[in-house]
Amino acid sequence: MTERSVIEAVRDALREEMSRDPSVFVMGEDVGRRGGVFLATQGLIDDFGEGRVVDTPLAEASIVGMALGCAFRGMRPIPEVQFSDFIWPTINQLVGEAARACYGSNGALKVPMVVRVPYGGGIRGGLFHSQNVESLFFHTPGLKVIAPGTPYDAKGLLKSAIRDNSPVVFLEHKKTYRLVRGEVPDDPYVLPLGQADIKRAGSGITVATYGLMLHYCLEAAELVAGEGIDVEVVDLRSLCPLDKETVLESVRKTGKLVVVHEDNITGGVGAEIAALAADEAFEYLDAPITRVCGPDVPTMPFAQSLEDAYMPNTEKIAEALRKQAAY
Amino acid sequence: MVYRGESSPENHDGTGVSVGELAASLPEGLTEQDMVDVYAKTVLARTMDERIWALNRQGKVPIAASSQGHEAAEIASLLAAQKDGRTFLFPYYRDLALKMTAGLTATQVMLSFMGKDGDPYSNGRQFPLQGADLPRNIIQISNVVGAGLTQATGYAFACKMQGDDTVVLCYFGDGASSQGETHEAMNFAGVHRLPIVYICENNHYAISVPQRRQMAVEDVASRAAGYGFPGIVVDGLDFLEVYATTREAIGHARTQGPVLLEMKCERLMPHTTDDDDRRYRPPEEIEEVRNRDPVARLGAYMVEQGFLTPDRIEEIKAEALREVDAATDAAEAASPPDVATLFDAVYPS
Repeated sequence: MTERSVIEAVRDALREEMSRDPSVFVMGEDVGRRGGVFLATQGLIDDFGEGRVVDTPLAEASIVGMALGCAFRGMRPIPEVQFSDFIWPTINQLVGEAARACYGSNGALKVPMVVRVPYGGGIRGGLFHSQNVESLFFHTPGLKVIAPGTPYDAKGLLKSAIRDNSPVVFLEHKKTYRLVRGEVPDDPYVLPLGQADIKRAGSGITVATYGLMLHYCLEAAELVAGEGIDVEVVDLRSLCPLDKETVLESVRKTGKLVVVHEDNITGGVGAEIAALAADEAFEYLDAPITRVCGPDVPTMPFAQSLEDAYMPNTEKIAEALRKQAAY
Repeated sequence: MVYRGESSPENHDGTGVSVGELAASLPEGLTEQDMVDVYAKTVLARTMDERIWALNRQGKVPIAASSQGHEAAEIASLLAAQKDGRTFLFPYYRDLALKMTAGLTATQVMLSFMGKDGDPYSNGRQFPLQGADLPRNIIQISNVVGAGLTQATGYAFACKMQGDDTVVLCYFGDGASSQGETHEAMNFAGVHRLPIVYICENNHYAISVPQRRQMAVEDVASRAAGYGFPGIVVDGLDFLEVYATTREAIGHARTQGPVLLEMKCERLMPHTTDDDDRRYRPPEEIEEVRNRDPVARLGAYMVEQGFLTPDRIEEIKAEALREVDAATDAAEAASPPDVATLFDAVYPS
């Protein structure tokens, strides 16, 4: 085992998969000599050359559109959208085209493409460097959406995503890149897409979350443990396919559910998890389902005070847990 | 007209190249038998197109975009691709004649238009002949105009990465030339000298919006200069000119990089079966373009050259009608896709 940060784990996954399969390559703005603005692709150009580490013009729609064309030819492109906030010009190619290509060709076309997307806030990024974009992709059949929160998960899931034949939106929370470190096996491994992971076992309340919020939820669970509240933290990791069974099993055990995400509340992943529990675990619930999410404003503002007000944090989550426990 | 796309600005002046009538002699590589075969296929595509329109009026075909007026551009460029033998095609929604002539039977085409089981492109998920026909090297996923250009460009990029010598032919209309992705695609292709031929079938209308409201230039081909590769204006009603120019363009694309071919076509029918072009086209214009029918022109040429007699032309038309009749009957009798297939292929198996 070696301790790695999330960004190092991402880079390791890219390097291993590019070494393993010559059809895997990365493309995007500044991914070459610059190594990506977060250095996810640092050093890859030295190992694999500019033929497989492709600096593109600054034009997001065509980065994804061309990656899709490459995938049709049997390559395994990994386009990088530099910040999630810049993903909107690609939406037709991603949601309109890539997600529908297999279905729209009755299975003839496969789309082995992973769109890597640094996302999320709490880093003073303001409106255009902080966005959470997952709900749109989560809503789109044909896409897979992965949102790891730890180095171990990031590496294992990215490697699986690269080997998958569906278009994958791979969401990497920017604040976890260097902040979150963890043990990663030295030997190659992959983690299956579509499996949640119980990061903390408990019997009193289920918390379902993903990404950066996983860590705040674990802190909050620790905080309230001293108050006699026993929290189980389910890390979804894969939003689509969604591991419904693990969530439901936990809710059936605890009888209480809190969903936590940074994305704004309305129409978000949390709404779907809540609907799932209401549909399939209603008779097990002992309290109304609670969501701790970003508010319905167009992304967190730049000013520290406003960003803090937007972001769910350990204290806000702990407060929701106490209310649930008291219900 | 040839627009020379070079990096040096003094070379950007257009060089006049004569755009003549159908040539007296056949271009290299094309035989009299090729012409006879392709004439029959062209007549079949036209007959199918007319029948589909009629079936729409009978409520049997929900929607169709006609390629009437585009047949020479589509079929002659396809023939050039087939003669080359190492090409991959990204057509667009108006390319019925191309997709059919690429090797589908009349029945397969009719199944697609009626949304029946056996539609070779998507088995009834998409609009007719949209999806993929991989056995014939064709992909066309989208109805979003311009979206196919970046995909085709990526495909050409992948071919180059894989070190094979496939050339991509990417088709679009004048309407798609206004899309941002068209610019992005051609810019990238120019940077990487990709093996791709962009074919703009310019019929001067984006549904109802005439060319003068779409662009300030006469020729879409002139834009190629801005991407550093050649743009060539072709008479898209002239079968032999389309064939010869496309073959040359494929060769250029394989060895030197992209080419933009602008084929000046005419749209003989409204945009789709849901459109009424009398709302926006003057009657005299509609009348005039119908006199510029590329299929009639090819037929006259075949007789002139002695490749076919007028009697044989009539026989070919009658054979086409019989084939389309049989296809119509077969498709009408065919089953719709099983509803159990609704959930198939959301993700690849």
